[in-house]
Amino acid sequence: MSTALAPLDTARIRAEFPLLATPFHERKLVYLDSAVSGQMPSPVIERMAHYERFEHTNVHRGVSTLSQEATDRFEEAREKVRAFINAPSTKEIIWTRGTTEALNLVAQSWGRTNIQAGDELLLSAMEHHANIVPWQMLAAEKGATIKVIPMNDEGELLLDGLDELITGRTKVLGLTHVSNALGTINPVKAIVAKAKARGVVTVIDGAQAVPHLPVDVRDLDCDFYAFSGHKLSGPTGIGVLYGRKELLEAMPPWHGGGNMILSVSWEKTTYMGLPGKFEAGTPPIAAAIGLGAAIDYLAALGLERIAAHDAALLAYATEQLSAIPGLRIIGTAKAKASVLSFVLDGVHSHDVGSILDHEGIVVRAGHHCAQPVMARMKVPATTRASFTYFNDAADVDALVAALLKVKEIFG
Amino acid sequence: MSGDPRELYQAVILEHNKKPRNFGKLAPCTHHAEGHNPLCGDQLQLTLNVEDGRIADIKFDGSGCAIDVASASLMTGAVKGRTVAEAEQMASEFRALVRGELDPAMPHHIGKLTLFEGVKNLPVRVKCAVLPWATLSSALKGEAQASTE
Ligand SMILES: Cc1ncc(COP(=O)(O)O)c(C=O)c1O
Repeated sequence: MSTALAPLDTARIRAEFPLLATPFHERKLVYLDSAVSGQMPSPVIERMAHYERFEHTNVHRGVSTLSQEATDRFEEAREKVRAFINAPSTKEIIWTRGTTEALNLVAQSWGRTNIQAGDELLLSAMEHHANIVPWQMLAAEKGATIKVIPMNDEGELLLDGLDELITGRTKVLGLTHVSNALGTINPVKAIVAKAKARGVVTVIDGAQAVPHLPVDVRDLDCDFYAFSGHKLSGPTGIGVLYGRKELLEAMPPWHGGGNMILSVSWEKTTYMGLPGKFEAGTPPIAAAIGLGAAIDYLAALGLERIAAHDAALLAYATEQLSAIPGLRIIGTAKAKASVLSFVLDGVHSHDVGSILDHEGIVVRAGHHCAQPVMARMKVPATTRASFTYFNDAADVDALVAALLKVKEIFG
Repeated sequence: MSGDPRELYQAVILEHNKKPRNFGKLAPCTHHAEGHNPLCGDQLQLTLNVEDGRIADIKFDGSGCAIDVASASLMTGAVKGRTVAEAEQMASEFRALVRGELDPAMPHHIGKLTLFEGVKNLPVRVKCAVLPWATLSSALKGEAQASTE
């Protein structure tokens, strides 16, 4: 099987993840949980450690050479992110704590200035709570309403009714690029084009897309795009909001404090331009540099090769899991990223998860912060295996063997 | 986790999961509470009829994992006919058991429920086993909501 995969040398790659070589419950660890958080390869960890050992200070702090160098590294990371998603300018790359904070920034800063009573916010049926709750908070505050783009049983958005769903009152569309619970890859470019034609601002949750697909925000033509470092082989505590310059410029700051101002007096305070306006306080500098290193690491592996590897592994896993009697895959869209959710007849996903854990296999069991998706699919929870560039066919085989053991225990 | 899952997923637990006892709702009832395990979304409703300080009848409803369902099924059977004070004593012994703080060889009042002892080796699952008991305590105290958080 592995020979049929795109030529990623998984054995060599795995050597850069010490955790994968560390016994887990006296077994080989099989990490199928990169959709929860990706592991960091050694070069990323080393880069962050190097910063902390030899370069640590604060950024944007006056004349010290050390601070200037830290600022340069920090801004270089921003440029790496810009290039990674093909954004026009680093001014449009805002550091956040993660996807969640990026989406809250849009809802709070753009939303509170642009949404009024009676307006409509359109969200897809497969959003993560991070792209639901900030909009619900905004809608409650403003007296706006939320409408939902429905999906079919396969987990594909039903776009035939989109023209009717978008009304003269629709102001914003929140859409996930890849569903974390189902794996569906949404046709973002086509949906954005329709929304744009009707004057709707588009906010794309890219948390699960960037680890699997090359993303080009200019090609997608979206207004905002959010993602997290930790799902991209980088550290926690850092994420990105890309925003179209005209929109970001017109938006008020969200958090106030140091770093985001030009001058402060009791009479009048003026703000920095982009991106500083949205970056109050001391940022997670090592984390930003680490994310830059993660992007370098992925670029060296080759984003297209990663995508091909993930697709081949998903195909193999889908075929192998489908052969297990009583196993039902939840999310069978034609376009999917390597995220595989499933339920086993008569066995709750937490019981599946516990037994897999004992077998050394790390998966996610639960509602995946997407309770409306679980409700739509009429399951209380699912077990989810996600595959990335260091996984191989043997990992899929281990998963299958462990699932057979679950079935044996549960009879 | 050190324990073999087979130590936990014993025949009795699997059987109660498949065929839960006292499943459903009592209407009318004197006491009720809803239990939530926010981490995994398990939820459970308990309805009880307490007469003269004794649990005359009790039923549970809801959805959850095998540990949760079997625990609720066995709990309802164990506390039916007991006094409120006895049930509360059992609840505290059960909590101690799944946290590894009660030695089943020492005197206790929870009978065969000691078969949940294996949960102590699965810290992430302790809440599943405890949810029915936490909900029972809430119901007996007159609180409508219980949570394992
Ligand atoms: C699709 C999606 N959106 C948003 C998030 C939230 O990301 P974070 O917790 O890093 O802010 C996640 C992470 O689980 C996700 O999968």
